[in-house]
Amino acid sequence: MAVIEIKNVAKRFGDYQALHDINLTIEDQEFMVLLGASGCGKSTLLRIICGLETASEGEVWIGGKRVDHLQPKDRGIAMVFQNYAVFPHLTVFENIGFGLRMQKMGNDEVKRRVERTAGLMHIEQLLDRYSGELSGGQRQRVAVARALAMEPDVILMDEPLSNLDALLRMEMRAELKGVLAESNTTAIYVTHDQVEAMSMADRISVMHEGKIVQAASPIEVYRNPAAEFVAGFIGNPPMNFLEATSHGGGKFSVAGHSFDGPDAANSNLQFAIRPEDMTLSEDGFPAVAKVVEPLGAHLLVTCELDGKLFRAILDSEMQVKPGQTLKLAPMPDRIRWFDPSTTLAVA
Amino acid sequence: MTAATTDVVDPGQDTRKAGRYVYITAVVLLCAWVLVPLYFLLINTLSSPEAVNSYPKSFIPEFDLGSLTFFAGFEGILTALKNSILVAALTMVMSILIGAPAGYALSRFEFRGKELFRLLILLTRAFPLPLLALPLAVMFIRTGIDDTVFGLALVHTTLAIPFAVLITFSLFSGIPIELEEAAWTLGCNRVTAFQKVILPLVLPGITASAIFAFVISWNEVFAAAVLTIENRTLTAFLLQNLDTSPLHLKFAGGFILVVPALIFIFAVRKYLFAMWGIANR
Repeated sequence: MAVIEIKNVAKRFGDYQALHDINLTIEDQEFMVLLGASGCGKSTLLRIICGLETASEGEVWIGGKRVDHLQPKDRGIAMVFQNYAVFPHLTVFENIGFGLRMQKMGNDEVKRRVERTAGLMHIEQLLDRYSGELSGGQRQRVAVARALAMEPDVILMDEPLSNLDALLRMEMRAELKGVLAESNTTAIYVTHDQVEAMSMADRISVMHEGKIVQAASPIEVYRNPAAEFVAGFIGNPPMNFLEATSHGGGKFSVAGHSFDGPDAANSNLQFAIRPEDMTLSEDGFPAVAKVVEPLGAHLLVTCELDGKLFRAILDSEMQVKPGQTLKLAPMPDRIRWFDPSTTLAVA
Repeated sequence: MTAATTDVVDPGQDTRKAGRYVYITAVVLLCAWVLVPLYFLLINTLSSPEAVNSYPKSFIPEFDLGSLTFFAGFEGILTALKNSILVAALTMVMSILIGAPAGYALSRFEFRGKELFRLLILLTRAFPLPLLALPLAVMFIRTGIDDTVFGLALVHTTLAIPFAVLITFSLFSGIPIELEEAAWTLGCNRVTAFQKVILPLVLPGITASAIFAFVISWNEVFAAAVLTIENRTLTAFLLQNLDTSPLHLKFAGGFILVVPALIFIFAVRKYLFAMWGIANR
């Protein structure tokens, strides 16, 4: 039972402003992902919530209680670290039971809880081992089990899967999502991997240069990016941008074609479209294919259009050769517009 | 290890064999370098005065305990031994109590002048002890701690601290901060996290650096000779008396000095290896 409220949190390291006036509410039992490139402040924000870092300004509330002056142990949180932080001098059992022993819990209760969480993470057979005898994936399971055994209100995860190899990461991603959904805890998950964010989150907060640019559901972030940065960051490959000039009556001219645009004061806008939202049509943009990459499920074609690179994802059955001119038409309901002066989306 | 016993002809065998010879020779030479002088010391200690002064030497000791019995009965030697152990133990405790927190602070906190501080710690070793010993003697006489075990232990602690600080600094730096942070999130405060997580991990290294301090104090002779008169440590006591002794007693005295340090290091060798990062499992 814990809503997390972050109010006007800012963090400065000397002259460097790591976080600017962050306001964010995370609902009870919500799975919130903080997504951003390295250095965007996402880990700093997590560490402030955890209590490993103090905010220069602002307040953190967990479950209706102000916690920013409390030590980490008094905040009702548990944390999973990127490099696992499994104690090397203790067995897996004692690692998972560490927090419970600190609470002076009885032996039977410790045993019951350790075995239950170890079962959840499928590491029952490793309880007598030391961390030196475990693989990376097993260590991460221990770290997650250790956090879950605390039965915390809030579980914080700092890039927990980024040290694992790709296949294991995919497996752990699905498993972690299932376990956390069962546990009824509020979760904050920091990652730079947008696939992880999209697949796990109830809501994604996209961070950039110490600010939250957009906090919304994964599909909303994907379909309706709130700012140019989000549009250019989410999606692989991300959105295409073209210059748009108003010629009156809500009409905009884009690469020689006319489109219905929003009512904007600015006469110059950015026209944006996802690579997969292109169809082949006679009245489309003429684009010269430069690089053709068959990716199995589909075909990624990098073209030149209006002097800029423009990517389109086409059906893998298509026969496209470099140098060929394609007629690419954007799906009208998937077109998005951004104001270059504010970089924000305009509807 | 046993691969060389197979019958299959292996083209790499000759090179490996040659490598093994070089390896074994090196090991034998190194061992001889350490053990041969010790062995001569042992033979001469356990020989009668005539045998020590005669030539050629026998390679088998006579088991004549005359020299050793002489020392056992020598007035003051037991007090000196006791003093040596007391001073070394005090040095060990004090240098760790002062050095380890400094090492922890250096590895975990950012503060102004940190680099300079580290350099200064090393620079304390740049002062020759004779330069310090006289002013120290004067100061000790004024404060009344001259010729005491505690006073000498203070000087030895000064000598041992740079090592204690630098060794513990590298020990603490070798432990990821995340382990401590994880402990904090699991219900520990700074003190309990240190007790439950950091201490068990650094204990072997701390022990090693404590032993190092012990040996530094045990072997130190200059300050001990200058600062004590009645309460001499073994080194200072023997140095004073052996100077004018016959050869067989010099050997026996040297033997008495070397053996306790050897036994001590042998007993705790595991921790010394840990300190050098060779074996920590």
